[in-house]
Order: sequence, then C-alpha cells, then structure tokens
Amino acid sequence: MNALPCTIYVSFTGALLALVAGTRSAATARWVALVTALTTLAITLMAAVSFVPALGMQTLVDVPWVASLGVRYHLAADGISLTLLVLTAIAATAGVLFSWNIEERTGEFFALYFALIGGVFGVFLSADAFVLFVFYEIAIVPKYFLIARWGSTNREYGAMKLVLYSFAGSALVLAGLLWAYAAGGGQSFGMGDLAAAAVHFTRAEQLGMFALVFLGFAVLAGMFPFHTWAPTGHVAAPTAASMLLAGVVMKLGAYGCLRVAMPLFPVGFVFWQPTIGWLAVIGIVYAGGVALVQGDFKFVSGYSSVSHMGFVLLGLAAANVQAASGAVLQMFSHGIVAGLLFAVVGRMVYERTHTRQLADLRNLPLHRLLPFAAVTFVLAGLASMGMPGFSGFPAELTILVGTWKTSPLWAAVAALGVLLAAAFTLRAIQLSFFGSTQPAVAGAMPAHPLPPITLAEKAGALLLVGTTVLIGLKPDLLLNWIIPSLQSPLYQVILKGGAP
Amino acid sequence: MNLSASSLWLIPALPLLAAAIGALTPRGGRSLASGAAIIAMVGALGLSVAALGTALAHPAAHLTDNFTWFSIGTDAVRLGWLLDPLTAFMAVMVSFVGLLIFIFSLGYMKEDANFTRFFCFLSLFAAAMLGVLVANSLLLVFVCWELVGLASYLLIGFWFHKPSAAAAAKKAFITTRIGDLGLLLGMLWLYHVRGTLLFYDGGNGVLEPSSLALLSHGKIAGGIALSTAIGLLIFCGAIGKSGQFPLHVWLPDAMEGPTPVSALIHAATMVAAGVFLIARVYPLMLADQHLANVSVHALTVVAGIGAITALLGAAIAVGQNDIKRVLAFSTVSQLGYMMLALGVGSWVAAIFHLLTHAFFKALLFLGAGSVIHAAHHEQDMRRLGGLGRRMKITFATFAVGMMALAGVPFLFSGFWSKEGILHAAHAWPVSQLPLIAGLIAVVLTAFYMTRLVAEVFLGSPRSDAASHAHENSPVMTVPLVILAIGAVLLGLIGTPAWPWLQSNLGGVVVPAESIFEGPGLMVLSIVLVCLGLGVGWALYGWRKRRDAFAPDPLAVAMPGVFAALAAKLGFDEFYALTFGRLNQLLAVVADGLDRWVWGGIISGVAWMGEALGTFDREMDESGLNGGFDAASEKLRGVGNAYSRAQTGEAHGYLRTLAVAFVVLALLLLLGGVL
Repeated sequence: MNALPCTIYVSFTGALLALVAGTRSAATARWVALVTALTTLAITLMAAVSFVPALGMQTLVDVPWVASLGVRYHLAADGISLTLLVLTAIAATAGVLFSWNIEERTGEFFALYFALIGGVFGVFLSADAFVLFVFYEIAIVPKYFLIARWGSTNREYGAMKLVLYSFAGSALVLAGLLWAYAAGGGQSFGMGDLAAAAVHFTRAEQLGMFALVFLGFAVLAGMFPFHTWAPTGHVAAPTAASMLLAGVVMKLGAYGCLRVAMPLFPVGFVFWQPTIGWLAVIGIVYAGGVALVQGDFKFVSGYSSVSHMGFVLLGLAAANVQAASGAVLQMFSHGIVAGLLFAVVGRMVYERTHTRQLADLRNLPLHRLLPFAAVTFVLAGLASMGMPGFSGFPAELTILVGTWKTSPLWAAVAALGVLLAAAFTLRAIQLSFFGSTQPAVAGAMPAHPLPPITLAEKAGALLLVGTTVLIGLKPDLLLNWIIPSLQSPLYQVILKGGAP
Repeated sequence: MNLSASSLWLIPALPLLAAAIGALTPRGGRSLASGAAIIAMVGALGLSVAALGTALAHPAAHLTDNFTWFSIGTDAVRLGWLLDPLTAFMAVMVSFVGLLIFIFSLGYMKEDANFTRFFCFLSLFAAAMLGVLVANSLLLVFVCWELVGLASYLLIGFWFHKPSAAAAAKKAFITTRIGDLGLLLGMLWLYHVRGTLLFYDGGNGVLEPSSLALLSHGKIAGGIALSTAIGLLIFCGAIGKSGQFPLHVWLPDAMEGPTPVSALIHAATMVAAGVFLIARVYPLMLADQHLANVSVHALTVVAGIGAITALLGAAIAVGQNDIKRVLAFSTVSQLGYMMLALGVGSWVAAIFHLLTHAFFKALLFLGAGSVIHAAHHEQDMRRLGGLGRRMKITFATFAVGMMALAGVPFLFSGFWSKEGILHAAHAWPVSQLPLIAGLIAVVLTAFYMTRLVAEVFLGSPRSDAASHAHENSPVMTVPLVILAIGAVLLGLIGTPAWPWLQSNLGGVVVPAESIFEGPGLMVLSIVLVCLGLGVGWALYGWRKRRDAFAPDPLAVAMPGVFAALAAKLGFDEFYALTFGRLNQLLAVVADGLDRWVWGGIISGVAWMGEALGTFDREMDESGLNGGFDAASEKLRGVGNAYSRAQTGEAHGYLRTLAVAFVVLALLLLLGGVL
C-alpha cells in the first residue's frame, strides 16, 4: 500500500528512460516502456492484495510543499483510488502492447505516454486539491503532442479542440478552487480542510464553487453538451492515446467530480443535482443516437464512450451509495472496454487496412483476413452493450438500481441507452467484420496481404478481455473496495444509504 | 432418481462446458465439438429427469438454493436455483427436444465448413435456455434471457454471408431487446420496492404472499395497482421473446438461420421462454385479480395480446409460400394461444400446450429441414411437390405433426392441449372474445396446414430439385420418428380422463370437470377443424398445383386479402416508415448538431484564439524574453493569471501553464519527494 506513490515516480522515470533509450533504438525504448508499465501494474496489484477497505482513506505521504500557500504534498488512497490505479496500470500496459509497432520517434512517444500516465496516477492519489490540480494539468499537456504528432485524421483540429476544452475545463476548476481557498481563509488546499471550511460558506458561494469545479471536471468526463472534444479527439489520436484518452483520461474528469466537487460543496451539489442528472441522461441517449449513423468506425467507438460516461455521471447525480458505486465500477469497466474497442479499431484494423470507413470495410472479408480481431471485437462489442458476463452489466445494473431510487424517469430513459448501445454496436460489428464473404470483389481486396496479428496485440487483447470478464463475473472484487470508501464520512452528507 | 436444488446448476453447466470445448476446438475437430455437445445434452437430460423425480415427490414445494452474487451497500444482489414441477417438466422437454435436434444437426450440417462453431453456439444456447428454467431470481432469468438472445443472434446470422441472414439476426436481437427494456424496468422497479429479486426465499421472495400483498396494495397513477404495472413491464419482455403482437415481426425473419436452429430456438424452446416467464411469475400476475376498483388487470392485457397474436399469426400463415415462413407464423399463432391461456387464468393449460407444441413444432420444422436438405435448399412450396412418394418417413412423420398442430381429434397431443385452452377461454368471466379469436384460428390453422402438406408432399414435383429429392439418412429420420411418437403420446398424460400433468404441474389435483365442461365446445372445435381441413383440401388437395407459376387458388378467389396476407399485413413497412425513420432522423439531427453547431463553435474559438495568440506574441515579446522570473511572478499572482485566462487568451494561458509546470516540477523534486 505504501508503495503506491512509486507508481508516479516509476512512470516519470520511465518517461525519461524511454527518451534516452529512444536515441539508441526503438526496440530498447519499447522494452523500457513495457517494463515501466508492468512495474506500475505490479505495484498496484501488490497494494490491492494487502488493501484493507475498512481503513478508509489512508495517507501515504504528507509533507509541506509550498509552505507560503499552505500547500502540502499529500498523497492518500482509498478503495476508489485503488480501483482507478489498477485500471490505469492495466490500461497503460495494454497501451504499450498496442503501440509496439510505433517506429517514428519511439522514445519520445513513450516519454510523453508515461508523462501522461504519471500525471494520471498523481491525480488518483492526491489528497490536496492543489496537488491534484497540478497532476491534472501534467496529464493534459502530453495529450496534445501525442495527437498532434502521432495522430491521424484531422489531427491538428482534434488536438486543438481537445486542448481548448481541457484547458477551459481546468480554468474553471482552478477558479473554483481558488475561490474556495480564498473564502476558507487561504490556509490550506487539503481536501479535508477545504470541506471543513466549506461548511461555513454561504449558499451562493457553494452553488458557484460547485458549478465551476464540477463543470470543469465534467467537461473532461464528456458531459453533454461539452462532449464533442471526445469523439474528434479519440479519432485523431494514435491508438494508444485513444485507449488512454477514453480509458483513463475521461475518468480523471469523473474522478474530480466525485472526489473534489461533490464532497467539498454538498449544498451546491444538491442544487445542481437535477441538472446534472438530466444532462447525463440526455448524453447517454444522444451519443447513442449519434453513434448509430457514423460512417467512421472510430467515431462509433468515440460516441459510445460518451454514452457510457453518461452512465458514470448519472450514477454520481443519483446521489446514493448504490448508484455511486456503480459509477466507479463503470469507470473501471469502461476504461477496459473502451481500450479494447479502440485497440481493435485503431491498431488491428486501421493500421492494416488504412481505412476506417465502414463503407470501405464492408467490402473486405475482414473476419477471414483478421479472425482474431473479429473475435476480439465481437467480445468487446458484447461487453460494450452490457451483456451479462462482462463488466459493463453489473456496472450499469448497479447504476440503474441506484438511479431508480432517485428518479425512475432517469433510469427509464437511461435504459433506452442500453438498447441503443446494442443497435450501434451490432451495426458496427456487421459492417466492419462481417460485411462481405466474397474474397475477390474486384478492387476491394487489399493490394498486399494484411500483416498477421502480432503476439503483443494478442497479449494486450487477452489482458483486457480477461479483466472485463473477471469483473463481469465477480464484481465483488472491486465493489468491496469501492463501497466502504463511499460510506466514509466524506460522503455521508450527499450520498443516501451511506451508513454501513 | 433425485437431484437437489443445490445441484441444479449442473444442468446448464454441462452444455456451457460443451460450448467452451467447442469454442476452443479448431475447425477440424468436428467430432470433438459435436460429441461434447451431444454428451452434455445427454447428461443434462439425465439430470433433468432426476430433477423431475425430486419435483414429483414434492409437487407443491418450491425447493431453492440461494447465494449472494455481490453486495451493493446495505443491499445484496442474490441469485439462486429453483426446483419445482414447472422447472423440471420444462428442463426435461428442452434437453430432450434439444438432444434430438443436436443429433439431427449432425446430418443436416454435415457439409458446413463451420460445423464446430455451430455446435458451440447450439450448446451455448442450450446452457442459457436451461439457465432461464432453473433460475430462482428475476435477475438470473434476465441474465440467461440475454444470453439466449445472444445465442439466437449468433445462430440466425450463422450464414451471415447472406445479407438477409445478417439483417434478420440484427432485427431479432434489437426487436427482442425492445421488449427486454420493459423487463429491465420492471425488474428495477420490483427491486426498488422489494429489495430482492428472488422468486422464493423462505417467505421473503417476491412471489410469496407477504410480497404479493404489499405489491397489490400499492397504487400508481391511473388507478393501476403496483403489481399490475410491474407485471405488465415483465410481460413486455415476454412479448418480445415470444413473438407476440406487436413485436412478432422478428420471428418469421429468424427463419434465415439453419433449419435445426429454427426448430430448436424459434419453434420449440426459446420463443416459449416468454410463456414460461409469465407462468413463473404467475402469482405476481394474479395479485391484482381480487381488486375490483382498478382500471385494468394484468392478465386481461395478456389475454388480449394472446388472442390478437393467435388470430393474426394464423391469418398471415395462410398467405405465405415459403415452407419455413408458414411454420414460423404458425409458431407466432400458437404462442398466442399459450398467452391467451395464461391471460384467461390457466397457466397449466398454457404449459401443457407449450410442451406438446415443442414436440410437434420441432417435428414439423425438422421435417421441413429434411425436405429442404433433400431438395437442395429449395424452400418455396410452389417449386416442391410430390415429395410424399420420395420421402416416405418424412411424409409420415410430418403428417403426424400437421395433424397434431391442426388439432385433429383424440389421437394427437395438440388436440388435447388446445382443447384445454379453449375450455379455459370459455370459462373466462371477463369476455368471450379470446374464445372467438381462438376458434377462428382453429379453422385457419387446419386450413394452412392442409395447404402446406398438399403443396409440398402431394401432386407432382415442380422443379428439378424436387424431382431428384430422396429420403435422408437415419441420423435425420430417427429424430423425426421419435418426435412423432412424442407428438402422439404426450397428449395421453393430459386428457380430461387422466389429467396427470395438470395435477402435477400445479401441485394440486385437477378434477377432470375443471378442464372439460362437457362435449359442446369440443364438438364445435372438431367441426371447425374439419371445416378447415375440408376447405384446404378442396382448394389445394382436390385439384393439385400443376407448375410453379400457377396462381394460388386463394389469390384467384380473394386477390386483395391474399396479397395483404402475403405482405404480412405490412407490419415491417409500417415500422420502417415510422420508428425506423424517426430514429434515423433523430440520430442525423444529433450528428449534425455535433458536427456543425458544437464543432463550429469550437472551430470559431480556436480561430479566435489563434488570431489573438499571434497578436499577443507580437505585443508580448518582452514578456517572453523576460523569462523565468517574470513567469514565476505570474504564477504567484494567480489572480492575474486567472483574469488573463478569462479574457480568452488561450495561448497566454498555455504559456503560463507551461512555465508553471517547470517550476512545479522542480519544486516537486526538491521539496516533496526527496
């Protein structure tokens, strides 16, 4: 458990080493990257084994940092952090495996990649709002370069859009936090201290601060109508970056909402709760509808991410332990499943066929050319549409069960999103992989035989499929960490059913 | 033989294991995959028979074994297994009919390149279906229900190189999922009210008296009891899965799958899952019956939907030319009968008909498969003909199935189970309309089955394929013979003279009078069957079709009606024009909003930011050259930086952040970590 902060340092060290190794050979940089990712995975899994959920939030490091501002380098973890740390480590490992073929400036690619990962680990471990914000910003910058340099379709536009949205979001967060810091007497950025100070804020202050901080984070979580950076960003990004973007970075936003905005400003939350709930529900159905008419394979996955993140926001808005635990479970589940979808679409298919247009793909007998990719995508699709046996099912079910307590109407409309997910996923599966069986439609066959699926890709796919199935069958593994954390005093005020 | 409730999970586990073996077997391992599937089904059948033994020893009990799946906060999501006569009879039927169909498939799919995958999917289906039967929790039913839908999707689309098959698979999955949406909501609601989804749990289950009293006391808007609302939402799931009006449209298209699939899934078992579900939650459906001041009773709706479906399916079957589509609409119609029986208050009659129907409909589909296999995949009745002389076993067994379906008196099981339903409908105090619909459907059923048999087996071959057809190997004909025997004998256990099945299903002895009120109605229905057979014979048997292009006699007599029936009364077109269009329109509007409105705004902001940044760079050269100190200054004056960001100067903000990064990273290394 106490080794968890090392995930941050290992990632940053790995970034530097990859940069150095990249000057020698691409292969060395790759191995450095894989070892780095596996080390973080080992650290998180070892922490998971010894983790005692009942201990609540456990401080790992707490030293003064910027004494004049009262900032402390305070890292701590509870079950929610741990869930997301494990997710990040798994996603990072899979992302390296699916980037094995990066030849252009490999060292720099992995350096930026691990700078991002390190920032993400930092956010999930921060107990000081200022430190959290710093790590949050560290995670944003490498995204821009990853997309703008290694990206594909419309990459400058996608990268710019993503960065503008991200920075607009973080500007709001910063403003909200500074306001709270100032109103609390300018003593501390510690989240416990801020929450204690916030009790004395006026109602107007709470409403304003909550709105700023929540909205700022929710932009990154893909909340409707601030979601459009997500699909274009995902599409423009290189495979590993889309996997991280959808898999982990969107979780930063949701995590910020749950960890910062909600416990700090409970009065604000209660006021804005109906708005958030409706925006979440609209986002689920709206993004599902948009996914139904996309011509680009990757846009389908991009919009499906927005729809699934809508469930996370809905779980938060429902404001009870069931729904919120489902939201955290859904964060984990979506992180794995979205990673898998983007891996198949971006790495297995696009980098071999050089097209993502469903209209082109349907003329290729892809299920025969890439049977492994076809099976993986079918499994990913089933997981994405919430089939029992995969992690999405217990997650969405728990959210819906909890949401029903707050608003049956929200639950009913959101359930419509489950139906839409089935529709757009099946459409994508059929058009992409099972569109054609004629091996020789003139001009439709690729000029060269497609390279076979590599061992690294198979290993990455197995890791992700195995994880989603494991959690699908045994959601207890994570829920036993998550629920005690949500029953802590921090959430007592806002989450109903909090008392154990 | 006995099997306790705690070992019940073995019944679905065996085929699941076979599916896993099939999934891991390479394409060449045909005998491994099919052998594992068949052995697993034999095992499941043995266990089901043992379970039946246990259930018959305690017919009135609900033996359960519950466990916790996962816990959410103070609630636990619990699942369990349930053994009662309903479970046991259904499990024996599914594993027995399934086993015969698996064996038939050995022959039917012999030449298919994906033979191993086919058996893997079949086993997956069997596992999910048996899971539905042994589940003691609505949630576990839902889980298996979804997996049944998945297996059905995979098998309908098994020949996905046919665009029609791929489309049919998708249509089946989505259409049934529309119904499942209702089921899901009903489940959420029930869980919200009761805090559990276990059916029976030592007095705390949702189907037990204390729960039912609570559910029927609660009222929601519109004078509807809570139990009615939840029951009807669950019924939505049954409408989808069991092909009831108005979601029946997927079932005929599902015939694109290989014929054994049609027999197993889309005739005998899966489509009956909806009927089974309503029978399972029957106490909940009945809970509002004693209330007088409610606007609707749940079962009244069930009866209405069932009656409409029974009539509609039978009518449309009259106008079809594809042998499998006639049978598909006949399935729709028969499922309507079962729902009707549930609605008028006799779930026992519904399950009796479900069991007999499983046998004779599986028989008819496999018979059709035998014809199709022999005639090189010709399915158009107009291009068949004269097969009775060439395929004697198929003809004989098919004729048994046809008479059972048509309800030819006394010797055939379908007659007794249908009589049970008609009598129950007659005894229904609310309305006689379901009975009338059922009686009209009796005539139509006898008519279209006579038409089918006359067109396919009588007369002379009307295509090369039909004239070269010959009887199939024993691996295909033996299952037909066994099913034919079942289609006759099964009736004997449910006659008014000896209502053994009815008595054991419900755990209460059923007196003969309650299912047979006197000869009046029976004579009427026999007359109606004869009418249907007679008119069918007059039109199609007396003067046989000469060639494939001759017009249908009914089309000559009533061209408008026949065309409408042949077009399936236009349901597909209606849905495509309304829901399909609306859905597409909304999706396109949303897509346009995202692309042009939200995207346009962001492009505008980006352009403005860039322009401002260029301007800013010229103006701010000194600030840049000032370097670190100035930027650190900016960091300390966070208020300033914030106000700068507010002016929209994205580049300035970016730069501040970049510098702040470096500073903070240094601080981090110096202060925090070391």
